[in-house]
Amino acid sequence: MEFIESVTITPFVMIAQDFPVFFGEVVFNGVLTGVLYSLVALGFVLIFKASGVFNFAQGAMVLFAALTLVGLMELGLPVWLAFILTMGAMVALAYAVELLVLRHLVNQPDIILFMSTIGLTFFLEGFGETLWGSNVKKLDIGIPDTPVEITGMLFNSFDLIAALACALLVTGLAFFFQYTPTGRALRAVADDHQAALAVGIPLKKIWIIVWSVAGIVALVAGIVWGAKSGVQFSLSLIALKALPVLILGGFTSVPGAIVGGLIIGVGEKIAEVYWGPAVGGAIENWFAYVLALAFLFVRPQGLFGERIIERV
Amino acid sequence: MTENGSALLNVNNIEVIYDRVILVLKGVSFHVPEGGIVALLGANGAGKTTTLKAISNLLRAERGDVTKGTIEYRNERIEKLSAHDLVTRGVVQVMEGRHCFEHLTVEENLLTGAYIRGDKKNFSDDLDLVYRYFPRLKERRRAQAGYTSGGEQQMTAIARALMTRPKMMLLDEPSMGLAPQLVEEIFGIVSRLNEEEGVTILLAEQNTNMALRYARYGYILENGRVVLDGEASTLRENEDVKEFYLGLSSSGRKSYRDVKSYRRRKRWLA
Repeated sequence: MEFIESVTITPFVMIAQDFPVFFGEVVFNGVLTGVLYSLVALGFVLIFKASGVFNFAQGAMVLFAALTLVGLMELGLPVWLAFILTMGAMVALAYAVELLVLRHLVNQPDIILFMSTIGLTFFLEGFGETLWGSNVKKLDIGIPDTPVEITGMLFNSFDLIAALACALLVTGLAFFFQYTPTGRALRAVADDHQAALAVGIPLKKIWIIVWSVAGIVALVAGIVWGAKSGVQFSLSLIALKALPVLILGGFTSVPGAIVGGLIIGVGEKIAEVYWGPAVGGAIENWFAYVLALAFLFVRPQGLFGERIIERV
Repeated sequence: MTENGSALLNVNNIEVIYDRVILVLKGVSFHVPEGGIVALLGANGAGKTTTLKAISNLLRAERGDVTKGTIEYRNERIEKLSAHDLVTRGVVQVMEGRHCFEHLTVEENLLTGAYIRGDKKNFSDDLDLVYRYFPRLKERRRAQAGYTSGGEQQMTAIARALMTRPKMMLLDEPSMGLAPQLVEEIFGIVSRLNEEEGVTILLAEQNTNMALRYARYGYILENGRVVLDGEASTLRENEDVKEFYLGLSSSGRKSYRDVKSYRRRKRWLA
């Protein structure tokens, strides 16, 4: 009885008490983590839409991008130059993936493409650490990290800037997909490879574009995440957090990745702070997965996932 | 068909092998003259689709390979080009089973056909032209293609191919799964495209009756070989074609059950 009360009543009482300042901070913290989840999930969605490949290596790409950036900065390059060079490296990676992997696996079953990205994961992790070393590195890109007070709530200026940058990137991508001819071609390829080939859309070019974009998205995620928790091997594991986001938002939806990320980010923070005491804490670690599981029962295509169109 | 020089497309004795082991085409040759409508006829598995895909180079994506023979378009060998190269040269295939981009609107589907012609231009002229031939698509332009009817999807597929500004269209089974009335409508549009826009048509069909009414010349494929060819009017009168493909014989309609398979073989091999 006591437990039921601590789950059903106490948290809401606490929320009411904390409203609005502390609760607002909790929510905003959730939003920031959520934006990061969204970014990683977005990388998945882009590649999944355009090549039908579930890219297991997205997390490794985040790690690889962050390692490269830090490594270049340690060589004494200024931040902006290191950033541009890393972007170049991610585009080069996209070319290499197309040339060495995808080109040879056209029209193979999905599972084979998926397996090849697992291989890519191991390669990227190993290659990145061989190149730049495996110790934990500090990433400081010069964005101020000072407390800012907005309407009584305390925020971190780095968090604000990061969230803003991510939001801009996400909006830009959504626009690109919906309104440009290349974006249209990308969506066409996502729908039907064969038909896209038949009307002359060059698949190779399209793949290089999406993998490059996914690489750049990974770079941004790597910067934000790396600056918060250091650049280290565990960065590649945030890919696992992106999975529930994808299930929630839908594998094929850019807005879904964004909203899904926000829901999970905010949800797990609130759950941790207010429901945590009742079950002894650590809700943050499993909240996303349980939510995703519940979603699979109710709406398997996700919130915004494309309906599987079946004409009768 | 002896004046090979004037042919737009020459297929010479090609052999196609899938997965390095399965021999599908065993030496197919034919010619398509500029501005013509040529039909490839035959039953399921005869090799019609494979032939079209060999020409449009969609074969390689299915692990198929042209291992012998040559394919020439405007006297240029094209077997080694990519599908994209061929579309830019003006050869486009409309695949069997429509293959619309389901989650795009009808108009977006059409615009993907213009992708190869550059990003910058505004394609409203092309859209107008296409909508003149397919007025029904204009009404449905904002609809998601996956939710349009079978006939509309087939029209979308043809219209999308038209947006690439083709010289030659390879149509694979446009009648599949459509009501006779729609089939008439679509064949009518195709032959208008041929006459008014000068698009050369190579048509693969099971619906022999329809195909021979619109095509000028026909080739009949069986088991990966051309077994018979001739002017459409001649083929329509041919006793074997009547019997095996049009379901008619000298004694009127006849059931396939009564046809002895050895007899068909003997007559054609003779």
